[in-house]
Amino acid sequence: MNYVATIGLEVHVQLKTRSKMFCACAVEFGAAPNTRTCPICLGLPGALPAMNHEALRMTVLTGLMLDCDIAPVCKFDRKNYFYPDMPKNYQISQYDMPLCENGAVPLHDLAYPKDAQKNIGTPDKEVHLVRIHLEEDVAKSFHFETSTGIDFNRAGTPLMEIVTQPEISSPEEAFAFLTSLKQILIYGEVSDADMEKGQLRCDCNVSVRPQSQSELGAKIEIKNMNSISGVRRALAFEIQRQTVALGNGEKLQQETRGWDDAAGETFLMRTKESAHDYRYFPDPDLMPVKTEGLLPEARARVPELPKAKRARFVGQYQVTPYDAGVLADDVELARYFEAAAKGSKKPKNVANWILNDLQSALSSAGKTINDCPIPPDALDELVNLIDSGKISGKQGKEVFGEMFSTGKRAGAIVKDKAIEQVSDSGAIEKLVNEVIAANPKPAADFKAGNAASLNFLKGQVMKLSKGKANPQLAGEILEKKLKG
Amino acid sequence: MSRSDLPALTIADLQSLLRRKEVSPRQVLESLRARIESVEPKIDAYVSIDFEAALKEAETADVNLPLGGVPIAIKDIINVAGQPCTCGSKILAGYRSPYDATVIEKLRAAGAIPFGKTNMDEFAMGSSTENSSVKVTRNPWDVSRVPGGSSGGSAAAVAAGAAFGALGTDTGGSIRQPASLSGLVGLKPSYGRVSRFGVIAFASSLDQVGPLTKTVRDAAMIMSAMAGPDRHDSTSLPDPVPDYTKNLGRDLKGVRLGVPKEYRVEGIDPQVSAAVNAAIKQLESLGAEIVDVTLPHTDYGIAVYYFIATAEASANLARFDGVRYGYRAKDPKDLLDHYGRTREEGFGEEVKRRIILGTYVLSSGYYDAFYVRAQKVRQLIRQDFVKAFEKCDAIVSPTTPEPAFKLGERTTNPLAMYLADIFTNTANLAGICGISVPCGFAKENGSQLPIGLQILGKSLDETRILQIAHAYEQSTDWHKARSPIALDSK
Ligand SMILES: [Zn+2]
Repeated sequence: MNYVATIGLEVHVQLKTRSKMFCACAVEFGAAPNTRTCPICLGLPGALPAMNHEALRMTVLTGLMLDCDIAPVCKFDRKNYFYPDMPKNYQISQYDMPLCENGAVPLHDLAYPKDAQKNIGTPDKEVHLVRIHLEEDVAKSFHFETSTGIDFNRAGTPLMEIVTQPEISSPEEAFAFLTSLKQILIYGEVSDADMEKGQLRCDCNVSVRPQSQSELGAKIEIKNMNSISGVRRALAFEIQRQTVALGNGEKLQQETRGWDDAAGETFLMRTKESAHDYRYFPDPDLMPVKTEGLLPEARARVPELPKAKRARFVGQYQVTPYDAGVLADDVELARYFEAAAKGSKKPKNVANWILNDLQSALSSAGKTINDCPIPPDALDELVNLIDSGKISGKQGKEVFGEMFSTGKRAGAIVKDKAIEQVSDSGAIEKLVNEVIAANPKPAADFKAGNAASLNFLKGQVMKLSKGKANPQLAGEILEKKLKG
Repeated sequence: MSRSDLPALTIADLQSLLRRKEVSPRQVLESLRARIESVEPKIDAYVSIDFEAALKEAETADVNLPLGGVPIAIKDIINVAGQPCTCGSKILAGYRSPYDATVIEKLRAAGAIPFGKTNMDEFAMGSSTENSSVKVTRNPWDVSRVPGGSSGGSAAAVAAGAAFGALGTDTGGSIRQPASLSGLVGLKPSYGRVSRFGVIAFASSLDQVGPLTKTVRDAAMIMSAMAGPDRHDSTSLPDPVPDYTKNLGRDLKGVRLGVPKEYRVEGIDPQVSAAVNAAIKQLESLGAEIVDVTLPHTDYGIAVYYFIATAEASANLARFDGVRYGYRAKDPKDLLDHYGRTREEGFGEEVKRRIILGTYVLSSGYYDAFYVRAQKVRQLIRQDFVKAFEKCDAIVSPTTPEPAFKLGERTTNPLAMYLADIFTNTANLAGICGISVPCGFAKENGSQLPIGLQILGKSLDETRILQIAHAYEQSTDWHKARSPIALDSK
């Protein structure tokens, strides 16, 4: 029997506002425990929340980037439950009026795992969203041998919850969704969306059913993945587990499972016996805010999104769709490319240099495009030197290496090393005459039909010019002389 | 005037002495300390006092500031940096505030000295100050009776001449009712007029901080210093703060006073009715026009109040869990046991009763029938006042149906205690302002028990109700009467 999987994701994204959602404490990863706290984010008696409007703007911006409907009024509710990482034992969240509804995330081919890019089930798929709401993050618990410590630095960080429709059908699609979403969030500068730092967290709901059955199978939630590939592996494991169980005639029940990354398997955390009653009600401490006033600025901050950028790169710079995809994959790389390609006569060649030499140099130096030692216009200068024949392609590679390690400009390096190619045909002709005179036998051989002799003679010209002669020109002149 | 008489002064009179340099802020504090030491064993109004810190502040006090060098007693629900803040609860035993509430910051900026914390019903839940885990406060007019509540410690301190003025909070009458029962002026500002930041929340949409004082002028002085917008409280109103003392002394010609027919209910003490009727006559003789108004949804006030206040309280009080501060149960078996026993042992009966009620009101399946419906009726109550204020400038009524009752008399009957708020809690539901001003005495077994007249005004119309209360006060001698405890023990 064939089984199909249905996957829905709940993604939590920390916004990169400077301060927390309801107080002035800094949002900062990695500070010493409980050093970024105040009476408000510690939930001390009498403290009240005061809205960070930048968190609202960023959420609205995210909604606009994902084509969501924006609620006219932003209202907050209290979600009541007791847990030590919750300073107030209620979380300020949004219940019946999320800031954003509907919308979608388009999946790009390159967002799929590399090994799955050749075999994409539904190209150009869009995953639709149910809602995006804004809430405050909770503190972080650390369990020691006989005690638990709580670090409240994270408590009160603005957190978006993004909920998809259950329309993801494979672990690879889930991977592509998260990669595409992350890319858009980074484009909009609303989050760094680093899963390892907990800036992006993902819970998966997955169910499996026989293809012939229309009713969805039991919904099983998986938690604790700390990378996008972890999400893929967890889903793959879980779909396999559920498929085998169903094949054995087992009946699956709604439950929550954890992902053990080291063991590569999920484990039962709890069965959903009773649904928790969160007793939501509107937070009387926060007045509802009209979003009308936030929209103009949020609209102005909507960047060109990856999909549009890829299309434009193909049209404007004549790069291949694949190259455009790789360039637009990283907004900083795209920015670098545009800066280098803007005034370039051959933007396609600039793209090649970036995607080949520059990227491999960066990765072997352990650097990112942000700390690239070669400014974009300097790379274009190099490409120009090659394209205009001032230096050879081979010299270009050497100059590039020098540029990368010293930060010097290509022109300066060529001048310093006096490696500028001689493309003056008069000068080359003089050298050719000298070489022919000094090597009568190979010259005669060539005339007699031994084509290989030409390469020897060309080598002699290059040697005489100390490598500076334009080899192509040298070859042409030699041939003309010998044949003429 | 002798030094020992100083604490009997009004804030306005004390200020004149300070500005004329007839006394120093330090001398004021010393005499207040002596006074508190002599009366405190009889009334138990204070839960903590920090004279050392106060004396330090007195050294540098600038008497030319609006409240320069004036000591103010603070209800123990308001955070004062470095001082304990128990809310009358065992669950906050030993807790010290790391920060000042906005009202305290503002009072300090105006030169006032917050020197001590006053007793209260636990988390402001009660009308007698008997629900305190710390002690039971007594009424200085008759120490066998309650001072009212929940701001009973503040009321008793001022009525005993053991404070020049005090701050209280009013969620359903907790300033006006003890003011009435203790022969004082008590003002509940319009919702949003005074910042709630740093004031431990009971019911967030109802709570307001206000003054309890000997005179209307004193109340206006404190209000002028502490009202106003606060960026830390998103429910505070942006409107600029007027000088509330400015209109004091203006006559009542052309002022229309509404008397709601729904407030003529059975069960009002005849002596209270008589005193309030006489007060209304007196206001009329001062030039006010008396008009009939109607507040048709008054009957629902108590029910709506208890649904909304307990719902909000059930969430507000969730943070008291012994994880970060306050009382913590010993040797819990597990997390659930820790929460359960900490809260079981840390909270008193009335607080637990209200948390359970509020949890029920918000629970799934009941939320619409209770909470949502209560909010709808709250809107109707608000509309009642909007309509009534089209016909009048202020509404007059008794503050409470009865004068102070005996200690212990109602502790076993919470419902009877709840009903004492019928004239006061609709003002909180509607977000309007209200003041209680002394309007006579009831005689009970040889005791003189104060009666209060309540004047309700539109939202942000504090200036108007202060003007009316002041005109009335100045035309009577009630505010000059002093409690037996205040007269006692020189
Ligand atoms: Zn904070």
